[in-house]
Amino acid sequence: MEVILQTLPQVLIDGLALGAIYAVVALGYTMVYGILELINFAHGEVFMTGAFVGTTVLLVMESTGTTAGLPGWAAYLLILVTAMLFTGVLGVGIERVAYRPLRKAPKLISLISAIGVSFVLQDLVRFIAELTTGNYIVSGTTLFDKSLTVPASSAVSWLSDASLKTNTLVIIGVAIVLMIGLDLFVNRTKWGVAMRAVAQDRETAALMSINVNKVIVLTFFIGSALGGATGVLFAQQYGTIDPFIGFILGLKAFTAAVLGGIGNIRGAMFGGLAIGVLEMFASANLGLLTSGSFGAEYKDVFTFLILIFVLILKPEGLFGKALKEKV
Amino acid sequence: MRIPKTALLISSLTLFLTACGGGTTPAPASTTPAAGGTAPASGGGGTAKTVVKIATQSPLSGGSSVQGEAIKLGAQLSLEDHKAEFEKLGVDLQLVPYDDQGDPKKGVANAELVGADQAILGVVGHMNSGVAIPSSVVYEKYSTVMVSPSNTATEVTDRNLKVVNRIVARDDFQGPAAAEYAVKTLGAKNVFVIQDKTAYGQGLAEAFKNEAEKLGAKVAGYEGITVGEKDFNGVLNIALNKKPDFIFFGGLYGEGGLLIKQARDKGIMVPMMGGDAWDSAGLVDIAGDKVKDALYSSIAADITKTEEGKKWAEKYKTKFGKGPDGYSAYAYDCMSVILNGLKSAMAANGGKVPTREQVRDAVRATKDFQGVATKVTFDGKGDNTYAKVFIYKFEGPAYPGAMISEVAKK
Repeated sequence: MEVILQTLPQVLIDGLALGAIYAVVALGYTMVYGILELINFAHGEVFMTGAFVGTTVLLVMESTGTTAGLPGWAAYLLILVTAMLFTGVLGVGIERVAYRPLRKAPKLISLISAIGVSFVLQDLVRFIAELTTGNYIVSGTTLFDKSLTVPASSAVSWLSDASLKTNTLVIIGVAIVLMIGLDLFVNRTKWGVAMRAVAQDRETAALMSINVNKVIVLTFFIGSALGGATGVLFAQQYGTIDPFIGFILGLKAFTAAVLGGIGNIRGAMFGGLAIGVLEMFASANLGLLTSGSFGAEYKDVFTFLILIFVLILKPEGLFGKALKEKV
Repeated sequence: MRIPKTALLISSLTLFLTACGGGTTPAPASTTPAAGGTAPASGGGGTAKTVVKIATQSPLSGGSSVQGEAIKLGAQLSLEDHKAEFEKLGVDLQLVPYDDQGDPKKGVANAELVGADQAILGVVGHMNSGVAIPSSVVYEKYSTVMVSPSNTATEVTDRNLKVVNRIVARDDFQGPAAAEYAVKTLGAKNVFVIQDKTAYGQGLAEAFKNEAEKLGAKVAGYEGITVGEKDFNGVLNIALNKKPDFIFFGGLYGEGGLLIKQARDKGIMVPMMGGDAWDSAGLVDIAGDKVKDALYSSIAADITKTEEGKKWAEKYKTKFGKGPDGYSAYAYDCMSVILNGLKSAMAANGGKVPTREQVRDAVRATKDFQGVATKVTFDGKGDNTYAKVFIYKFEGPAYPGAMISEVAKK
């Protein structure tokens, strides 16, 4: 027990960094679901593509020597924006090709096309990466690579010190900015009102002279751009990416969205952070709690148990409202 | 927002199904042998040369493709070196490279193709023990001899299959050799062991753990990670808390490189060591300059230490435009061992191309065969009695590390 408390600061920091990533990816799921009632299972792969685009831009900049004259934050911003634009457009393209023609079809059909899109993206990225580097595991450089120490022990004597990379702070910072920005956008702007209107009732919104297609395209653009941004954050934090990182991470972010109440933006943020911290706690302490019979490798089970329990017991999630079917 | 409960349930169910089905290896089945195809009509007797093919099976795509490609090229070099000699005997040697993608399913499917092609008399490979174990069952069915340049799992030869041979050390030798170095040479007392739950990683980690305990070190923790993960902070937090003075990882370089990097970021500065899977330039790519001081045990010697080996490496480099990887020379020797067996089986068969069974038995009977990287004598199971384990250390972000120790079988 003591040991668990001692390591708590470190577990919290690592968990929050991971959770921030889950949260921003979960936003993409939740936005698309909120508007189209479609789970965009290709979102995990959009995230992965963002990671690759960001890393590629960074590597190209390095090989041409552009980064040398550029301060770290500017390079970071540049790769972030490039990846966001790229994945935003990619998301719009996916919507146009794989979802719009199926908008009137049963829900299951677009789900299947979403899974199809995700396999196409995985193999496409894998192909390109292998063609250019001969290996699909790609490593980039980390821009903020310094380590800081959090002196938790001097604040409370029974805690041990934690260390964190400066990049972790960047991740949490960027994630917060993205989340608040999105929240303001949806709640305070005209486009946000239009999005919420389309989410509530597509037909009536159309009668109120809202261009439904434009709103849906915008939703896909923003959702996918957020996914791409997180991909860059992820690549910067862990340094190495491969075309399959989107799969499990996408599932976990989806769980986060469900936990918070799918369709609910603040719920998705909460769900992401909660699952990140829980996962880190589980992987650090499972062995201790079960005296070694279950190790860190079982951490993923918890996320998916949560998914099953939430779906069975409280499918509207923690923050969602259970609404009756529209008549 | 409305919540259609059933829709959500169905969606997640579908997703889990896909997760179970193809989650780990969503790779397209797109590999066909690159060479071959132009097999002239054989068996006609007279002056027509008989085609004999030797296959290689290694991952030519995917995460370990660097090492897999090196195996193919090594085998290719040996085959070409022996081509003229066999031509005189009336045999046209051909190489058939297969891509097993490091995937047992793919390996077994390829093995069936190998078995069906009667002209194939031997296989160099596989790279991964986990692929070799199920595939060799198929080779056994067709009596096609296999010589592996890199399999270390004990189970590979412990099943006493007639076709299975390897020229490198086993995990129950490599793991203990690494433990001996850690405990006796470095004086480690409190070791932390991480493994990736694969046949290779777990076997190696367990062998290390058992020997370290036997030598008197305490095992502070034994934890598992998942292949393909990128965040190992959870496991490293346990390590941080147990304050080990040595960390051993049984697993591949993809995860190993990240473990090194994330451990150093966390301020874990104790020596970290991996098995022969760390013997790759890929580890340096991933871990970057944090790779400094990382150790690895390898079943492959640094062949450039001898004059002859240096010459061989230069030949390899001029031919393929890149330096040999850890297993290249071993793949070369595997091919040479097979061809040597083929030659003696031919001699015993009155100069005619022997059957697969005859080649299989001739290869197993190999005695004191001097290859580029190692001497080869197979024991009754197919293990090489001359196999050794070597300890390397990275002195900077450059591959390979420096060879610092050598352990022979007692």
